Amino acid sequence: MAESFVYRELGGPSPRYWGLLALLAVPLALGAASYFYIEHYGHIVTGMDNQIVWGMPHVFAVFLIVAATGALNVALAASVFGKTAYKPVAPLSALVSVALLVGGLALLMLDLGRSDRMIVAMTHLNAKSLFALRVILYNGFLATVAVYFWFMLERRMNRYIKAAAILAFLWQLLLVTGTGLMFGFMVARAAYDSVLYAPMFIAFSSAYGTAVFILILLATCRWEERPIADELLRRLKNLLGIFVGASLYFAALFHFSKYYVARSHDVGQFLLFDGGVYTALFWLGQVAIGAVAPLALLLRSQVSSAAIAAACSLVVLGGLAQMYVTLIGGQAYPQILFPGMVEASSFFDGEIHPYTPSVPEVLLGLGGVGLTAAIVAVALRALALLPERLDQTAGPQA
Amino acid sequence: MKSNGTGALAGRIARAICLLALLLPVLAFASDRVPKPVISIDKPGRCVEDTETMRLEHPDMLKHQRDQTMREGIRTRQRSLKECVGCHASTKTGSVLGEKGFCQSCHDYASVRLDCFGCHASKPKLATGAKP
Amino acid sequence: MSADANDGISRRGFLAISAATLGGVVLAPGIRLIEIAGARAPEQAASDKVRWGLLIDTNKCASGCEDCVKACALENGVKSTGHARTDPQWIRKVELKDLRSGRTHSVPVMCQHCEHPPCVDVCPTGASFKRADGVVLVDRHICIGCRYCMMACPYKARAIVFQDVTDQNPDVPRGKGCVEGCTLCVHRIDHDRQPACVEACTKAGHNAMIFGDLNDPQSEIAQRVAKYATTQIRADLKLNPGVRYQGL
Repeated sequence: MAESFVYRELGGPSPRYWGLLALLAVPLALGAASYFYIEHYGHIVTGMDNQIVWGMPHVFAVFLIVAATGALNVALAASVFGKTAYKPVAPLSALVSVALLVGGLALLMLDLGRSDRMIVAMTHLNAKSLFALRVILYNGFLATVAVYFWFMLERRMNRYIKAAAILAFLWQLLLVTGTGLMFGFMVARAAYDSVLYAPMFIAFSSAYGTAVFILILLATCRWEERPIADELLRRLKNLLGIFVGASLYFAALFHFSKYYVARSHDVGQFLLFDGGVYTALFWLGQVAIGAVAPLALLLRSQVSSAAIAAACSLVVLGGLAQMYVTLIGGQAYPQILFPGMVEASSFFDGEIHPYTPSVPEVLLGLGGVGLTAAIVAVALRALALLPERLDQTAGPQA
Repeated sequence: MKSNGTGALAGRIARAICLLALLLPVLAFASDRVPKPVISIDKPGRCVEDTETMRLEHPDMLKHQRDQTMREGIRTRQRSLKECVGCHASTKTGSVLGEKGFCQSCHDYASVRLDCFGCHASKPKLATGAKP
Repeated sequence: MSADANDGISRRGFLAISAATLGGVVLAPGIRLIEIAGARAPEQAASDKVRWGLLIDTNKCASGCEDCVKACALENGVKSTGHARTDPQWIRKVELKDLRSGRTHSVPVMCQHCEHPPCVDVCPTGASFKRADGVVLVDRHICIGCRYCMMACPYKARAIVFQDVTDQNPDVPRGKGCVEGCTLCVHRIDHDRQPACVEACTKAGHNAMIFGDLNDPQSEIAQRVAKYATTQIRADLKLNPGVRYQGL
């Protein structure tokens, strides 16, 4: 097949690269320090309590994991759906996907109340638990993407790419569905309890993952001035636009259905209008910054990498806002034990719970992000994953 | 590419560190920094099994017994951790932990982490009212 | 029983003692003082023929009475640390007011020991489990502290221990980083005693709580549940809790 692309590792002068690693070492070190601090003193040093049991580390972790499944979309578009324009960037897409997943999983493991029992978590699996199933799904996803990655890089295995990609695609769908249903099947909390979480998370993952991927692609090409064709940028921009539109659709459907149906009207009202910080983050963060503004930037016909980068950053910010509203807002709203009655107790039944993120939690979350970035940075320097030039058109069947 | 000089120097330093690391076990014979375990049996009577068996198998015994008690509700007194603590707690400190504690002094010497007493009481129940 | 077979009990004496014992045990048809069916030898495993449950008559629960809450805290070594939001509470009194009618209730709420517990379904390691006789527990040996069960519980029954714990009750191990909740006082009920909350309520004379075997038609709780209307909290979720309430 026509190989008009020469893949090369990240180049550039060493001090500049080591400077980048030193910069990434900062969130990593702070994250590690926060982990040991929380593990030693117990979760009392965080802002979490018996009602808000999953805090900032989970906000970051779920974002990273959801983005991980979607970041593979560009590679899958090339290998499964035959969009040859994306082929040159497929290995980078797979790398970003794996890096995001590892960062997110690391955060989940480090936020455990008994993180010294990580081995127990991996060896004792409850067959009925979606959480346990996800352990298998995550590891399987890493394995399938690794195989797909290998087939992409090893010329002799190139003809098996499609098979590996189809497997990775199916696995990705299964994984992100499972992640969504982890929330969707929780009947206990009114803000969850909806099967819509599955397709909604598929849309979210596509949007966040593609946005992160494009940001990393643009940053890598800027690092040593590798040119990118406008055509490729245009395709990526439109792809992201579709995913952001789909996310907005599912979010609107979800919130409208919660609001409209009498049984869940109270929580729908809370999220959309009465939720204070959660309402603000939803409208301003998830909708305005995370969907409307990026769409305005992405749907312009002219291609500008600055506009695309801005749109991607907004999508990421909107995604973090959405995760905060879903995770924290969903927990802040109390479980209704006695519908139709006003509840009050020493255990804070019946009231909206306050939550203030603590410094260790935020640092731990940022440490996970740092881990993802570090994996990408190291892999790009060590392996030839990105072509020298992205401004040539690919061969017909390459 | 790195220049040959720095590469060779780095290689030599790495080799030296590895060599030193291999010599670390010598320290095990070096000093009596870690005190030998103090095994004082304050209360008379026999343990569940003989000493050798207990030393070898107490982790498995505890693990097997805990599942029986927790998951099946089998509460024979003989093999309960409470009975172990009740017998082996030091009469001075009242606990199996502490520098000369029955459990801790051996575990410190063997450098094996004791996870039990994060949750389980290291002191026997005071004899007030109901028995276990 | 005396060791010597020859002297000691004569045939007449033996018959007299047996009759007295039987009489003492069976007071009236259908009601027994000692729950012979519930008595389980220590070497015996819990059986699924038994389903332990609680019946709480909220008509007898006074607002402001915390006898059950205090007894539970004392029994299980749950101490207040001054941080109300992170302190565990295995049982609490929920003050209710019906919006439509204005009627108020004071209801003790604890782990409902569901027949289909969502906490057991979601636990990744299987640490949250249901014992054969219906008691839902946390195996703190394999609990990793992920708090998923706390997310999934509709009754907010569980709490996680946020700090190191010392001076535990030897019957009730509990420690930092693991999730915990009402155990129906398994360490007591396995020795034919009542849960601490029920015992305290009875001792104080309120008699609002009954504990017993829901599967045993002769037990007081089963007879009451068959006779009077009782409800379960969030019965619409179809979890079939073992804790039932009257007067709601």
